[in-house]
Parts: sequence; structure tokens; C-alpha cells
Amino acid sequence: MKKLINAVEDVVAESVEGFAWAHADIVEMRTDPLFVVRRGGAREGKVGLVSGGGSGHEPLHAGFVGLGMLDAAVPGTVFTSPTPDHVLPALAAADSGRGVLAIVKNYTGDVLNFETAIELADADGIEVATVVVDDDVAVKDSLYTAGRRGVAGTLAVEKIAGAAAERGDDLQAVAATAARVVANVRSMGVALTACTVPHVGRPSFDLPDDEVEIGIGIHGEPGRRRIPVAPADDITAMLVEPVVEDLALTSGESVLLFVNGMGGTPLSELYVVYRQARRLLEDRGVVVARSLVGNYVTSLDMQGASVTVLRLDDELTALWDAPVHTAALRW
Amino acid sequence: MALDVAWARRWARESAAAIAAAKDELMELDRQIGDADHGENLNRGFQAVVAKLDAQPPPGTAADGDPAASPLIADVLKLVATTLMSSVGGASGPLYGTAYLRAAKVTGLSVLDAHGVVALLEGALEGITSRGKAVPGEKTMVDAWTPAVEAAIATADAGGTPEDVLEAAATASAAGAVATVPLLATKGRASYLGERSIGHEDPGAASSAIILRAAVRAAGATEAAA
Repeated sequence: MKKLINAVEDVVAESVEGFAWAHADIVEMRTDPLFVVRRGGAREGKVGLVSGGGSGHEPLHAGFVGLGMLDAAVPGTVFTSPTPDHVLPALAAADSGRGVLAIVKNYTGDVLNFETAIELADADGIEVATVVVDDDVAVKDSLYTAGRRGVAGTLAVEKIAGAAAERGDDLQAVAATAARVVANVRSMGVALTACTVPHVGRPSFDLPDDEVEIGIGIHGEPGRRRIPVAPADDITAMLVEPVVEDLALTSGESVLLFVNGMGGTPLSELYVVYRQARRLLEDRGVVVARSLVGNYVTSLDMQGASVTVLRLDDELTALWDAPVHTAALRW
Repeated sequence: MALDVAWARRWARESAAAIAAAKDELMELDRQIGDADHGENLNRGFQAVVAKLDAQPPPGTAADGDPAASPLIADVLKLVATTLMSSVGGASGPLYGTAYLRAAKVTGLSVLDAHGVVALLEGALEGITSRGKAVPGEKTMVDAWTPAVEAAIATADAGGTPEDVLEAAATASAAGAVATVPLLATKGRASYLGERSIGHEDPGAASSAIILRAAVRAAGATEAAA
């Protein structure tokens, strides 16, 4: 394993420290426990937004703290959700008295730890609403699994709910908007290589050079099936089709098309995927009204990509377009 | 040797040592069907438990009324619970944390008899199932704890000693962990693999068996069997 790290156990803290120094105009870092909060803390009169989870998905979530998005982000150790006593102070720091929306990715560890933290926050008199993001169509039947995973669609939930909070919506309204995004966003990913978790020191799964994993999550876990390497257009079709089918998109509908890199894939390849995804959507008469391409919800150094489609209406489009000023996303 | 508060402390330390020794093996099990962090996380949690025990005065040496010197097994279990919950993270932090918290329903006992051991194990299983909503057969730690509780009840009802009950539970949990190999995971991270989860031992069931075997060693009853 070759990585630009010092000691394995210091990776997260040192990375967050560097992040906070680099973006000191936007965020502040708190220690013991470690979390990132919007510079100046909670905004008076605004519903707070908090997310978090295991590290290794940068820029998610700390990179999305700032104007128009999150108020606090809680990084756990690599691929491991933070603990309840770690989440609780972030919920408190984001609360200005109008309550807090917790945005939780549907992974068992994230759900259990946030659930406990929210019980503790409730006991402290902090009102918390929760939205669980579960956009990954690779996981089919929640009867036989832990349910769909929360992956790249989380970015859309954080951006749009953040804009709703910024314009002054109350907690119930922000939570309802976030839930509407969750109901209309779907993702599917592919891995060309496994990632290497620093404390493991070797790839998370063994993937032969001539095969790819279709239907991966964002924790280096293997996907649903393994296929021989194929041209980008063919692989992109395998990502786009289940997403479009699951959303039951019809001709004339508008969408956000988001092609996300897993951390180890160059932008040039992500644009190749975007090109084909866009063609496939337009072939069906779907209007790609908004786009995003880049490494936003990553899996350390994994090579791969995911395709996320969000069905838009006028309100969601306006909220997506609203100003955002964070380390990783701004317009 | 009585299953008293000193045993509970030894159990925590034995668990920490056993988890540290099995860390790489647990990470490899988790790498195969999960995200490879189970050994690392659990080791971090149990090392934190040992640090807390080390920071406490040994029982009986502190001033009267000092809670740190409590003679109750439940207090040791609660210390383990809160420490694991606040240092492990992932799914296993809340699951093991809740297990030890509910195991502490042996509140008020300073020495466990055979049925006291059963109550402790039943509490742990109840904690895991209420937090994780898993049932037997889903390839989770429940598949180690359920046979452990069943074996404990049978041994206690047959008149076994507390040590016999622990031994039966540890043996059954180890068999339960191995029996997760052919199962299809339907809960937790491994469930995303579907059919491909078959053929691998569940890391949570494996660590559960390690912790229950540590309880036997802490009792000093069947050192050879470990």
C-alpha cells in the first residue's frame, strides 16, 4: 500500500485539520469529538442541516458544509459511521432553535448511530427530523437486504434541502422537501478496481484486471455482479437503464444528470460516461435540464463511477439553482 | 471460581485480548463480505474498555460509596456498553453496546448462578435483536447468540453449574458462527452481496463467539477447552 499518510490512525484527523485550514473562510473544525461546522456556527432563524458517516467519501460530507447546504458534518473513521456521542454535539452546534434535519445514508451503521444520537438530542430538547437517503437501485428488494443504500444521491438531498432551509422553510417543510428528493433520485455504480482502506492495507476485494463490478456501494464492498470489461458506452447503459426504469421516467420529464467519480477515475472518463448517459436519456425523450460531473461521493481511491438521476420539477430546479458556497460545491 | 464482579472485569480484559489477537482474522472475514473494518473497530472499542478499567481503582480499595468500586456485575457490563457504543462506530458499536446494556439487567446480582448467566445472555440477545431487528438465519451475530442462549437454558435447566452454562453457550456460539457460512445474508452490509454472501462466515457472529469463549476463560473453568 502506497498512500500519502503518516500514521494510519491519524489519517482522518489530519485530513480534516488540513481541510478546515484550507477552507477557513467557510468552515470551523471542532475537536473532541471531531466535526466540521459552518463558520460562525448555527445561523439564527434557520433550520440546521447535519450529515455524516464514515470518512473516505470526500468531499462528502464536510465539503458540503457552508451557505446553502450543510451546517455541520460528522466524519467517522474510514468507512465507519461516527458514534452517537460524536453526532450529538454536531446536532447541537447546528441548532439555532428551529430544529435540525439529519441526513442519513441508508447503511446499517449510519442508521443505528444516528438513531441513538437523535434520541439523545431529543432528551436535550433539540428537535431533530431525519431523512434516510436510499437511492441505490442496485439493491433491489428490501425484504431480503438491509434496504437500498444511500450513495451519490445524498448530494442532491443535501443541496436541495440546504436551499430550502436557507430560504427560511421550517423543519417540517425542509424535511418534506428532502423526502421528495429521496423519492425522486436513483443511482447505480460501477467499480473498475477495489479501493484500499488505510487500516486494511490491501484492496477491499479482489477484482481481476479484465472484470468490473456492477452495482457497487461507496464502501469498497463488492457489487451485485461481475462482468467482463466492456466499452464505456455499454457499461454506462447498464447503469442508466435500471435507474430510468426504477424512476419510471417518461418522455418530456426534466432531470438532473449527475455522473459521480469514485475517486480514482479521471474526469475525462467521467465525461465519456456523461455523454452516453445523456444520449440514452435524450433517446427516451427525457430532458437533461441540469448536470453535474465530478468526484463528489467517493470511495477512497476506487476507480469507477456512478450515474444519478433526479426527477426535477420547477421547485426542485429552483432549489438546485439557489446559491451554494461550500468547499466542494459552489455557484 | 465465582462468577462475580472480578469475573466480569476479567471477561472484559480477556475479550479485549482475544479480539486483539483475532483482529486480522475478523478484518479478513469482513473484507470478504463487508467493508473490512470489523476487527479494527471492535479492537479499538475493547482497548478503550481496558483503558477505562485500568483507570478505575481495583474493587474494594476505593472509599465506600465510590461507584467506580461497585461490586455489581451490572456496572462492569454498563461500562463496557457505553465504552463500546462511544468508540466502535459502524453497526457493531450500537449492537454490542445495546447487548451489554441489556445484559446488565442482572442488576443487583454480585454473583451469578446458572440462571443468572442465562439472564445475562438472554439480555444480550434481546439487545441485539431489538437494535438490529435481525432474526436467526439472516447471517448476523444473532446466529451466534441464539444457539448460545438456547444451550445456556438447556444446561441451566439440567442443573449445570454457572461455568457449565458459559461453556455450553460459548461452544454453541462457535458452532453458530460456523453455521453462518452457507447462509444467504439478508441483514447488514453483506446483504448487498446477495447470493455471493454464501460461503463466508459472518464476522459479527465470529466476534460474538470469541467474546463468549473469553467469558469461559475468565471463569478459569475450562482453560484447556479454549
